[in-house]
Amino acid sequence: MRPEQPPAFFNTHARFRRKTAKPCLTPLTSHHVLLSPPAAMRAALLIQRWYRQYVARLEMRRRCTWNIFQSMEYAGEQNQIKLYKFFSYLMDHFTPASSERNLIAHIFRENEVCRDAEWERYFNYKNIEVPEFYSGPHLNFPLTATNATELVEAFRTKQQLHSRYVLQLLVETWKLLRILPNINHVSTCHSKEITICGDLHGHLEDLLLVFYKNGLPSMETPYVFNGDFVDRGKNSMEILLILFAFLLVYPNDVHLNRGNHEDHIVNLRYGFTKEVLGKYRVHGKKILKLLQKIYSWLPLASVIDQKVLILHGGISDTTDLDIIAKVDRHRYVSTLRPPKQRKSSAKNKQSDQDSWDEDNMTRRRVRSMTYSSPGVSRPEVQRHSLQTLSSQVEEELRERRRRAGFSLSHGDLHNSLSSDSDSDPGENLETDAEDWKQVVDMLWSDPMPIDGCVPNEVRGGGCYWGPDITREVLEKHNLQLLIRSHECKQEGYEFCHNRKVLTIFSASNYYEVGSNRGAYIRLGPDLVPHLIQYQASRSTRDLTLRQSVGRTERSALRALREQLFAHKSDLISAFQEFDPEQTGLISLNHWATAMESVLQLGLPWRMLRSQLVNHTQDGKLNYQSWFKELAIMEPNTQLAHTNLLETLYKHHSNLETIFRIIDTDNSGLISFEEFRQTWRLLSSHLQIDISDEAISDLAQSIDFNKDGSIDINEFMEAFRLVDRTQQERSNSTLSGVHPHLLQSEHPTKTLLVSASPHFV
Amino acid sequence: MAEDRENAIISEVHKKISDAFDVFDHERNKTVDVREIGTIIRSLGCFPTEGELQEFITEIEEEEATGYIRFERFLPTMTKLLMERKFRPIPEDLLLQAFEVLDQEKKGHLGTEELTKYMTQDGEPFTQEEMEEMLSAAADPDKNVIFYKDFVSMLTVDDK
Repeated sequence: MRPEQPPAFFNTHARFRRKTAKPCLTPLTSHHVLLSPPAAMRAALLIQRWYRQYVARLEMRRRCTWNIFQSMEYAGEQNQIKLYKFFSYLMDHFTPASSERNLIAHIFRENEVCRDAEWERYFNYKNIEVPEFYSGPHLNFPLTATNATELVEAFRTKQQLHSRYVLQLLVETWKLLRILPNINHVSTCHSKEITICGDLHGHLEDLLLVFYKNGLPSMETPYVFNGDFVDRGKNSMEILLILFAFLLVYPNDVHLNRGNHEDHIVNLRYGFTKEVLGKYRVHGKKILKLLQKIYSWLPLASVIDQKVLILHGGISDTTDLDIIAKVDRHRYVSTLRPPKQRKSSAKNKQSDQDSWDEDNMTRRRVRSMTYSSPGVSRPEVQRHSLQTLSSQVEEELRERRRRAGFSLSHGDLHNSLSSDSDSDPGENLETDAEDWKQVVDMLWSDPMPIDGCVPNEVRGGGCYWGPDITREVLEKHNLQLLIRSHECKQEGYEFCHNRKVLTIFSASNYYEVGSNRGAYIRLGPDLVPHLIQYQASRSTRDLTLRQSVGRTERSALRALREQLFAHKSDLISAFQEFDPEQTGLISLNHWATAMESVLQLGLPWRMLRSQLVNHTQDGKLNYQSWFKELAIMEPNTQLAHTNLLETLYKHHSNLETIFRIIDTDNSGLISFEEFRQTWRLLSSHLQIDISDEAISDLAQSIDFNKDGSIDINEFMEAFRLVDRTQQERSNSTLSGVHPHLLQSEHPTKTLLVSASPHFV
Repeated sequence: MAEDRENAIISEVHKKISDAFDVFDHERNKTVDVREIGTIIRSLGCFPTEGELQEFITEIEEEEATGYIRFERFLPTMTKLLMERKFRPIPEDLLLQAFEVLDQEKKGHLGTEELTKYMTQDGEPFTQEEMEEMLSAAADPDKNVIFYKDFVSMLTVDDK
């Protein structure tokens, strides 16, 4: 259509002047006078309709992206907990003779009983020299406000604190935390407003932004930090050091609640362990050890003016603040493990916490669960899972015993359980399990919209609680509001349960740049929460909606395509079931069904279709070529055991976690033998068959230096899936000014396995 | 045979509607906030006016408006709408024509003030927020004008 010609559509329609049409635009500029008003009006209306439709499509994409991130996050958490429970169970039910026991025992090192005096000696920092060339901040103890402020400034300019000061700061923090009660009692008197922050997850940018907007912690500006300071982000260490420094300076005005990530087992998977070891090569191990201690001494909750309860995850139908106030909190070094699982896991009513049954995990819809009849389904879940668990482990044990030349019958097994030495007197069992449940529920639970309380199967720990539980618990303790964190929200906060529960999340751009805002709360004596939202990244603030959606979406789809790669053979066979004639084609409806049945991510596949499927033939999908186009390149002929490779990708994070557990001296290296043991453990956990030869081949091929040991980081890196076209395009995407550059963002690209130089 | 095919199509349409609805059903109880209905309908490929949208909502709302729309009321009406191809897509060339109507002097671009005036005072006016978002995507930041041909291709590009 050439602009100089009068557009036909509008002229034709302009003849039918509608009564509703506004007579003219006011005020008018000169050339507007010439315009026929109804035509302009129609034009405006049409543009508005188009634009609103466009925005709606973007919004849909934004939500879908959100769903992808969230469901993958929770699937990961669930894997972690399953893996952990597997270890835990083996640990509890194993005969000491078995060789892997030592290995598994590494996870549970926290059970070492040590006198405090010994710990202090262990953590001695005084003989660590601070070299002259060190240009970072210096600390003097007792710490002053100036010190703390300097620390913030130093981290803002990307300096690092010397390990001597780190250890000293941590030891001081540990000493202080030990005298704090389980529940911080805070008051807003003197018309002080209290600021409450949710998950920070190593996002230093966000913490600095909060300080910038709201002021540094001080007597006038008290803070509650509601857990999950660490993991995921790059600056967890800096965040901890800043928070601890202000805690030491203002012990009455800075309050820390423990989160589910303040747990060294969780840190193994979600990056904090790696961060610490990377930043502190010499003293990293000590720092980690000390942090375990500190975590276990973090208070569990805060209560403001006796009316507002603040805790990280939430509550359950058994939550009782009076019990929580008396719990021996430092016994729960990792909240993933009950202090005494042995007998309780077999017979006790507490055992729903142990359920990790595969079948019941299959419905992983984000933030959803089997609603139908929680009251009925629960015992069912429990029984079923215990049976499965028993039989799995029985089989496993038989195999181990055979190898170890042992013979032990099922009956003996349970009898032999009490032979463990680190146990407490039997009569405390019940109380221990109850106390532990109190703590786990506080750190791991999520609210749900329907009444009741059911185990949190999506995350694998804690529970889901309903509005009725909120009412009960608040009433019982004469409280009016529950503030919790633990879940990322697009706006940084969200009310639920009739505004009696408020979720606060302070890490903006959590999943990806542009994915969500962060927020914090200011609470004055009227106890009405004032919410302040923000978004930390400078680069995103100027992006248009379209640009930021596109960017976040690309990253989500990339992650999703890695999943496709990892599940290729399952997907292909699911597609083939819908293609009995072997035409190579399936309908898009079948495609969506197969995707959900294999990946179990609870995603709106039909909405995602246009982002994932580019070409169809008469409305049908050629799935083989779709795979070629979308997901896969065989990385390396040496490793042509496709199944092994797929397994590797599928359980990438589990594998890394086990490696890090095995690498007890934190050297970053593991031996071939340890590598083999890892695989054996992983394969028995997943009940898959991997031959020893395949593992040996793999080990040989990745011994890059041929020195008989394997570098964990290098190993994980070598198997990272890299999106080739992503890299190619990154330049144009980053400049991102002209929308046209962002047009071709459909996932037509191929995922490649990065070619590590050693592979070529 | 034809009936089978018809049923298959309907079942397909149902699944699609259900998927789109679920994306906004945050509480997973088969309801969505009434303010999201527009986004759902539009993301299913419809181009209703605000007026038409309002009519649609009135039709499916509870007798006593709760602020939420139930899936069981949404599904049949939406299915009908898609099967009858109501609110059909407006051809792209009309979008370009619309801009050309506003661009009286045939400059190939519109000033931001000019466009703002049309969009916020005429038709079904944009809110301040909508307007700002549109300009941030459409306007050339240096010249303060909208080269609407580029903008049109941006709006229409990712439709397949």
